[in-house]
Amino acid sequence: MTKISDYKMVEIKNLHKYFGKLHVLQGIDLFVDEGEVVVIIGPSGSGKSTLLRCVNFLEKSQRGDIFIEGSLIERKQKTINQMRQKVGMVFQHFNLFPHMTVLQNVIEGPVQVKKVTKNEAVILAEELLKKVGLEDKRDVYPAMLSGGQKQRVAIARSLAMKPDVMLFDEPTSALDPELVGEVLGVMKDLAREKMTMIVVTHEMGFAKEVADRVIFMDEGKIIEEGKPEELFENPKNERTKAFLSRVY
Amino acid sequence: MSKIERVLEVYDFSIIFNQFHIFIPAAIETLKITIASILIGLIIGLFVSLARLSKYKLLYYPASLYITVIRGTPILLQLFIVYFGITSIVTLNAFVSAAIAFGTHNGAYIAEIFRGAIMSIDIGQKEAARSLGMTKIQAMKRIILPQAFKRAVPPLGNQLIIATKDSSLASTIAVRELMLKARQMGSSTYNFFEYLIIAAVYYLIITSILGFVVHRVEKKLAVSDR
Repeated sequence: MTKISDYKMVEIKNLHKYFGKLHVLQGIDLFVDEGEVVVIIGPSGSGKSTLLRCVNFLEKSQRGDIFIEGSLIERKQKTINQMRQKVGMVFQHFNLFPHMTVLQNVIEGPVQVKKVTKNEAVILAEELLKKVGLEDKRDVYPAMLSGGQKQRVAIARSLAMKPDVMLFDEPTSALDPELVGEVLGVMKDLAREKMTMIVVTHEMGFAKEVADRVIFMDEGKIIEEGKPEELFENPKNERTKAFLSRVY
Repeated sequence: MSKIERVLEVYDFSIIFNQFHIFIPAAIETLKITIASILIGLIIGLFVSLARLSKYKLLYYPASLYITVIRGTPILLQLFIVYFGITSIVTLNAFVSAAIAFGTHNGAYIAEIFRGAIMSIDIGQKEAARSLGMTKIQAMKRIILPQAFKRAVPPLGNQLIIATKDSSLASTIAVRELMLKARQMGSSTYNFFEYLIIAAVYYLIITSILGFVVHRVEKKLAVSDR
């Protein structure tokens, strides 16, 4: 692996997104370094999830550029598909494939997209399931799992593609409170292993503990960013202050 | 003479039991038409449903037109068009005509069944598949369609039973299926009622078996839901 070099892992330049007339992203500039954990916070409707979804083109932005590992992602299906192999995504509602077992969910990407042999994929999948603490669930269907277990499988499924960046779109928002910890635990492990992560979340505790940098968004703009201790303890912008006083 | 005695005098119910077996070849013919028309319908239905869901107008409009025309005209008319209407171009035998006409007919209904089933799959499934780097076709084949097929099984079972009953229309072009057999036997012996009852019992047996099979398939596919 090369050392942190001349390019950023993810770079977003002047990104604009409209839903009809609604200007949901109003010129976002953001970069994420290799191995960095960036947490995006902000009120609902601030555009944070949309921003995340624009990074891997699940939403098509109208203006602006995305660079992954220094290369511009052209708006061509082939380029986007290739980019997505390197950019993993974890969803709020897990989106596991219900017609496949846990193991089949995890090997699906490597086998179908990367054309890895099934045996190799299974070895990797078992390793990943062990890592998220679910090796005993490999032959179970998702319907049998708790929300926390589903989300951990979803993380393993994403990791099976050996991504360089992981996007987390409110990964704990659909979970019962007592299940949040197990998912955050897996994410903390990943952060420790220097996975590059962009996390949209309402878990301020996680942001404080794990984030290298926190971004506060409101009304489609980045209002403030900084190290978690700065941003949480000493916010400069009025809107950041107002938001933080409401969530604490 | 009481009414019951009169009924027993006019009708010869022993025919129903004694001649039940002579309908077996006709029942097989009925099954053959039904299965052929459903298989053709499934293939047409799959592609037409995908075309209807496509954003490309060149696919969407012909598919919509096909469904509108088939659903808006009688199945008997469709059968006659295939059998009598295009004889100047090609002459098809009765069985092939029935299979094509009924297959095309079922295709339109099955397309709508598939379309509904595909649309009922949560958008998150497609997003998860695409976020792994799958192409649209891969996502459709590996993730969306298997789930959609499962949801389509109950309405497809319904369509299968409708197709079984609709196959009786093939008697009008002299396919040697149950309905024709009943009418022929009836008109040569004047025991219409008895032979029609035999046909009715065969239809009931066939539709019941098919209903049972569909139910079993449904149950088998439900393993991942438990």
